[in-house]
Order: sequence, then C-alpha cells, then structure tokens
Amino acid sequence: MSPSALVTRALTKRYGTQEALAGVDLEVGEGELVGLLGPNGAGKSTLVKITAGLVHATSGSAEVAGAPAGSAAARATLGYLAELFRFPGWCTADELLRLHQRLAGSRGAAAERADLLQLVGLSDAARKPVEQMSKGMQQRLGIAQALVGEPRLVLLDEPTSALDPAGRRAVRGLLEELRRRGVAVLLNSHLLGEVEQVCDRVAIVAGGRLVAEGSPRELSGAGGVEIETAQGTRIFPDAARDDVPQLVAGLVAEGERIYGVHVVRGTLEDAYLRAVEAHR
Amino acid sequence: MSGLMTIAGYALRESIRRRVLTVVCVLTAVFLGLYGWGTSAVFDEVRDSAGGLPLDEQVLTGATLLGLAMFVTLFLGVVLAVFLTLGAVRGDAERGLLQPLVVRPVGRRTLLAGRFLASAGVCTAYVLVVYTTALLLTGLIGGFWPGSIVTPALALAGAVAIVVALALLGTTLLSATANGIAIFMLFGAGLTGGLLGQIGAALDSETLGTISEVVLWALPFEALYQDALHALTADIDGVTGIAVQLGPFGGAADASGPILLWAVVYAGLAGAAAVRVFARSDL
Ligand SMILES: Nc1ncnc2c1ncn2[C@@H]1O[C@H](COP(=O)(O)OP(=O)(O)O)[C@@H](O)[C@H]1O
Ligand SMILES: [Mg+2]
Repeated sequence: MSPSALVTRALTKRYGTQEALAGVDLEVGEGELVGLLGPNGAGKSTLVKITAGLVHATSGSAEVAGAPAGSAAARATLGYLAELFRFPGWCTADELLRLHQRLAGSRGAAAERADLLQLVGLSDAARKPVEQMSKGMQQRLGIAQALVGEPRLVLLDEPTSALDPAGRRAVRGLLEELRRRGVAVLLNSHLLGEVEQVCDRVAIVAGGRLVAEGSPRELSGAGGVEIETAQGTRIFPDAARDDVPQLVAGLVAEGERIYGVHVVRGTLEDAYLRAVEAHR
Repeated sequence: MSGLMTIAGYALRESIRRRVLTVVCVLTAVFLGLYGWGTSAVFDEVRDSAGGLPLDEQVLTGATLLGLAMFVTLFLGVVLAVFLTLGAVRGDAERGLLQPLVVRPVGRRTLLAGRFLASAGVCTAYVLVVYTTALLLTGLIGGFWPGSIVTPALALAGAVAIVVALALLGTTLLSATANGIAIFMLFGAGLTGGLLGQIGAALDSETLGTISEVVLWALPFEALYQDALHALTADIDGVTGIAVQLGPFGGAADASGPILLWAVVYAGLAGAAAVRVFARSDL
C-alpha cells in the first residue's frame, strides 16, 4: 500500500512567542481532496508551508508520501501555490512553466505546458508576459505552475481569492479533474460553498488546533425532517433521512395523509461557525 | 548540475529582460569613451609641456590615469554585484517570488549557488572587459603599459567575486534596501582602510599601518584591489616611482600569499554562512 499523501503528527509551530500551530494531526489520503477551513490567523497557511518545506516545524512531524516534509523527495512529489505569490513580470506563461518543468525534472515538454494552460483556460495567453496579466490570470497560471510534473499532492492556499465567479467554477471543474487523475489536494479556502461542493473531507482549524474533521455531509449533520400532511407541515427537528420511512409509516398508521417529505440539511457554514465558536 | 544551470540561466535572463545589462553596457561605453577622450587630451598636454622635471611624465601620467580607471572599474563592478544580488533571498521572499522556486526539488543550496554563478560570472566578465579596454586605451593613446597586465585583472575579478559572496550572505539576512546599503558601507570601509594604509606608508606610521592591515583582512576585496594597484606600478623606479607611489592611486600594499589565500577562504566562508542561514530561515 502506498503511503498517504500527507500525514502530520502533533505538528507545532511557534514564530517567536506567537504560536501558529498547537499540535495538529491531519491526514490526506492518496487521491483525496481535503479542504482546510478556519478563521484568519488559524494556522492554515503555516500548515501548508511546513508541508511544502518553506517553514520549519517547531516539533512534531509531517510526511509527504512517506518522506519528511522539506526533504528533496517530499518536494519532488508536490505542487504548491502560495497565498501570496508573485511571478517575475518579464516571464511569459510558457517560459514560467518551462522553468518549473526544468526545476521539477518534468519530461512533459511542450505537450504538458499546452495541456496545463488549457486546463486553467490560458491557452491564448501562452506568450503573454506576467506583468500584462490580471491578478486572476496570474492566479490561474499559479495553479498551472503547481501542477507541473504531475505531483501526487497539490497544496493550494486560497487559489480562488482573485477569481471571478466563472473563474471559481472553472477551478471547481479543475479540482474534479484532479480527483479523476488521482491527485491528492489540500485546499485552503474561505469559500465554504466551494469546499462543500468539491471536497471529500473537511478539516477545520482554529487557534492552531484541529477542531472538527469529517466529510462535508457528516459535518453539516442533520437539520431535521419536514413532512407535509393534511394538517399542515409537521417538523421533526432531531430526525434524519434514515428516520423517514419509520416516521411516514407511523403517521400513515395514525391516519395522516402525506403530501410531501423534505429532509432538511444543515449547512457547512453552520457547522463551521459552531466549531469555531466552541473553540473560543 | 542541471538545476544549478537552470537557476543561473534564470538569473541571467532576468537581468537581460529587465534591461539591467543594456543600461550597464551603454553607460560603460560612455565612461570608456570619456576615458579615451580624457587620456588623449592629457597625453597631448604632457607631450607639449616637454619636461623640466627629473621624472618620466609619460609614465607618471599613464600610471595615474590607469589607476583612476581601475578604481572606477572596481566601483562599477561593485555596483553591478550589489544590484544583481540585492534582493535574491530576503527581498524576493518578501515579494513572494522566491517560494515557488524553493519548493522545487533543486534545493536552497543550489539556488544560492546558481545565483552566485550568474552574478559572479557577469561581474567578473564585466571588470575584465572594462579593465582591458582601459588598459588598451592608455597603452595605444599614451604609450603607457604597466609592468604587470594579468595580475591586476585577476585581482579585480577576485575582488568583485568576494563582494558578490558578501552580498549574497547579506541577502539571506537583510531585506533588499538594507543589504544594498550595508554592502556599499563595507565597500566604503574597505576603501578607507586601503587609503589609511597608503597614508600610513607615506608617513611611516605604524598605527595607520595596523588599522589598514586589520581592514584588509576583514574585507579582503580591498586587499586584492590594493594588490592590483601595486602590480600596476611596482616596476616603476627612480623619482617617477616615488611620485607615483605618493599619488592617490599608488598602491601601498602588495598582497602577500596568506592574504590571497584568505581571500579565497573568505569567499567560501561567506558562501557557507549564506547557505546555512538560508537553510534555517522560514519563508
Ligand atoms: N512569519 C511569521 N512571523 C510571525 N508570525 C507569523 C508568521 N507567519 C504567520 N504568523 C502568525 O501565525 C499565525 C497563523 O498564521 P497563518 O498560518 O498565516 O494563518 P491563516 O493562513 O490560517 O490565516 C497568525 O497568528 C500569524 O500572525
Ligand atoms: Mg493563510
């Protein structure tokens, strides 16, 4: 069995006296798409930077595909787009990707570059220098750069912050494409809806700790069941989808006539706010 | 190895695209043009005035002019060294330019080595070209050829390579502006130390000599520069020799074997320190 894309154990980081991470255990499975949520300053970027080998952990461990984070082997298996990144203005999209192909030791050549530019919708901008690109275009180029060399794990730190709604939807499609290709993704985002739609699993951090973890469905939890009867809508706030047949059977046995059943879902936003509030 | 070349190539391409090298070439051509013009005018004067003094005016003039050219060459080489390396680590990291490169498997040490290769390559080539051109102008226009031609060239090239190593160390510790200021300050300190040594030699002052010696060991690029000046004028003897030695570009110090060896070790130590600091920093 191949090792998980990312495993952190009791990971801590202090910047001077500022504690950014206070013991995080997180796992990203092979080909899994995990969303990392949390308020500003929660430690999300720090966690990603330690994984990428940019920041040294104070204690604990982080392993990328079985290799210690920061080692050349670990860096060779990942792609990274920073929250605050910049590419040299004089470089064209194609040149930038070519530089990263060389540095990553990719043999993908021109075909890989064309494929990546197409994937992020920049095929027409291959010869455009970065300084003539909008921030959104640069962000898409950044995503393409992170995918150079077919990484097994892609770290995206708020990759859609500069994108318009169409751009965000395109990124969702791209994430799904990555899932199809079996690439593991750790996605930092403030956009709960986006995370809810594409991620297999969500981890919520607050104050440097993991405060909740699970699939979006598990985290959102049940929001009750509403049943339309002749008497009006009856609400069963603690019921879940699995309870519906029993509820309906019970009502019918009582002589109720059923016109409709609605399973109410909790939102990830509610779950997020609950988890973060509870931490305070 | 290929990672090293990729990084060096990237650094070179950046200075070409940013028009750094174009600006440098144009302004250097202007400087050399002025130098040639000035040299021609000065030698015309010297020929016309024709003597009276018990020394070889042609040699005195040639040595002084070439000394001046060497100083300017070193200065321009240092300016180039500083601006090519200024923000290579901390500056680029603050702007978010460095992180995408550091994350790649090439590694931080190779990143620094590639930077050094590109900057030191450009700067040493630059001082060699400028020095050679000034040498040819002085020789062809004024008929003055120094006793040693190769030593000053190597010494100047070594001096700028040391400055590049220092600036790279600086860039792992300081943001771009602070690093630039620091390196120019050190350059100034080195020059002052060299001048104090020359004055000390003229006045026979032991204290000044000691101060200068300490500065030359602490900043060996200055020792190399002094050595270059010395090699330029060492074989001029008699009254002319004394006159040259008293002038502003009369090299006081002949760099000894140990300090030359130290200069090499010094550059290596600066590089090793830069690698160490960079390896430990959070980006
Ligand atoms: N280089 C740094 N020096 C000092 N403190 C830092 C540094 N980077 C981050 N921090 C602090 O660490 C904490 C976590 O930051 P970060 O990981 O960027 O959070 P997030 O990405 O979740 O917004 C914050 O309190 C932040 O101020
Ligand atoms: Mg962040």
